[in-house]
Amino acid sequence: MKKTPESIRVPWERKRKGHYLGSDWRTQLELQVMIWPAIVLIIIFSFFPLFGLLMAFKNYNPMSGIKGIFTSEWSGFDNFTVVFHSFQFWPMLKNTIGINLFGSLVGLPVTLLFALLLNEITSSRFKSFIQTITYLPHFLSWVIYGGLFITLLDPQGGIVNALLVKLHLIDEPILFLGDPKYFWGVAIGTGLLKDLGWGAILYLAAIAGVDQSLYEAAAIDGAGRFRRMINVTIPSIKPTVMIMIIFSISGMLNNNFTQIYVFQNTLNMSASQVIDTYLYQTGLLQFQFATATAIGLLKSVLALLLLFGGNYASKKLTQSGLF
Amino acid sequence: MVGGKSLGERIFNKSNVVIMILLMVATIYPFWYSVIGSLNGGADLVRGPLFMWPREFTWASWEAVLADPGLLHTAWITISRTVIVTVVSILYTAMFAYAFSRPYLKGKKLYMIIGFISMYFSGGLIPSFMLINWLGLYDNYWVYIIPSLFGGFWNVIILNANYKAISDSLFESAKLDGASEFTIFFRIVLPLSKPVLAALAVFTAVGVWNDFGTTLYFTQSTDLQTLQYMILKLVQTSNASEQMKSLAANSSTAIADLLNNAQGQGLITAQTIQLAAMVLSSIPMIVLYPFAQRYFTKGVMLGSLKE
Repeated sequence: MKKTPESIRVPWERKRKGHYLGSDWRTQLELQVMIWPAIVLIIIFSFFPLFGLLMAFKNYNPMSGIKGIFTSEWSGFDNFTVVFHSFQFWPMLKNTIGINLFGSLVGLPVTLLFALLLNEITSSRFKSFIQTITYLPHFLSWVIYGGLFITLLDPQGGIVNALLVKLHLIDEPILFLGDPKYFWGVAIGTGLLKDLGWGAILYLAAIAGVDQSLYEAAAIDGAGRFRRMINVTIPSIKPTVMIMIIFSISGMLNNNFTQIYVFQNTLNMSASQVIDTYLYQTGLLQFQFATATAIGLLKSVLALLLLFGGNYASKKLTQSGLF
Repeated sequence: MVGGKSLGERIFNKSNVVIMILLMVATIYPFWYSVIGSLNGGADLVRGPLFMWPREFTWASWEAVLADPGLLHTAWITISRTVIVTVVSILYTAMFAYAFSRPYLKGKKLYMIIGFISMYFSGGLIPSFMLINWLGLYDNYWVYIIPSLFGGFWNVIILNANYKAISDSLFESAKLDGASEFTIFFRIVLPLSKPVLAALAVFTAVGVWNDFGTTLYFTQSTDLQTLQYMILKLVQTSNASEQMKSLAANSSTAIADLLNNAQGQGLITAQTIQLAAMVLSSIPMIVLYPFAQRYFTKGVMLGSLKE
């Protein structure tokens, strides 16, 4: 091997020599020009709002504008006390956690099952066709998808009610969106249908990464297809499953605002008011800025605690976690 | 790998295929239902649900939606914002990621800290609303553009992982030829990152096209409505009028017919208008979808994690 001449060495490796191409002012200037617009945007749109969190601990009046965030008097945890004592708070928390908890309890296993079954489809063309079809709803907005289901579940022209009546399962059409007791079911069911295909992607990628020799060894040992699925595939993709569980635990307070907002109406409000819609209502419709900020902050802090808690539990139980 | 197939295995295969077909039908049918619903006479639709085909075929609802003068403007707002944000934010984020990936970038550590803070902490809705207001972006077209120009630090991480695949020798020889950083980015990095850029562009475009939060939170004039927001309003009003109607229909069907006949000889109702608008506004996504789909596998891991 010839010794690399000084002149064609990697430019930035010549740093020690005190002269490398990356250090000339023109290169640096160009790079900084590429960097700074984003830094400015981040500082304005991500960092400035952080100061607004002060409002959660202050007696803030929206009339006082931006300046009021800094000048208004401190009120300690008064805003949080107001939130806790609001008659809407506890039902709202129940809805938020209920929809997410049951959504995850149903969604996680069903999505995993779908991925496992899809993986067992032998024809690869049929498999990718199924994927194409089932990914589609993920790319449509909740406005469209929710609108579709409002039509399908309609008590008058909706096909779901018509079928149920025809099959004599019910006598009277059900007001799926007008009756609070069905709201959780509608939210969970539509959420599952919309993201079933897309949610399976990560599992499929994990399944594709499983060492094939494990399957061969299991087959030689006489394990049938079903046994191989239970004893090889599932243990191999356990880390991915755990990550999805941790994510859903940390998202326990985070509803899909768009979804809930589309399905929400005055009749089902008692079952459909969740933290995110409540935040929008108190903040932007009723202009209770301080209260809404307090709710938002409370939600973020709890979400962070849930993330760490979920990760800790996952590490304790299965030795695998996010971090 | 699999030798002779046992009976149990064959039953499993068959039922698996059946399950998948049922699932696909369940996925597709809602769309089909909205298509046939929008092409059916409105008054007729209330009489009973459709199953496979329109009972009383008519283009009336589609024509009514397309003839709406507000629709063109709304579509223009939606399309222009989608195109501008997608093109600029993908190009700029790729450029930022390139600068960020250079080992000789000064201040890299600081930028990384700034980036990570921006990923994990947010002021939330109300402080953002006040900021937008303060900046004069409230009820202003630019609220759709300016806050979205940078695609976020997550995309930077994804892009950086992809830039690692580009051979260092390309950068070295370009540098020695005296190429500027901009030349390197546009001539070398950009052409070599097409697949990941395409995947990110699809996700960005879908996100912008489907977004109605910005419209809901930060605008109020109808001039700035987007398609999604317009449909949301249609869904809400038609929903309300349906509920009113179902109350009325319970007492007498004559009232329901009266309500329907009031609107264009019963061919068009709030519901068919809503369905037609939904179908028409999903057409761009459904047409683009097959083209975009081949990039998904590239962006899959990142995209789904992001979600």
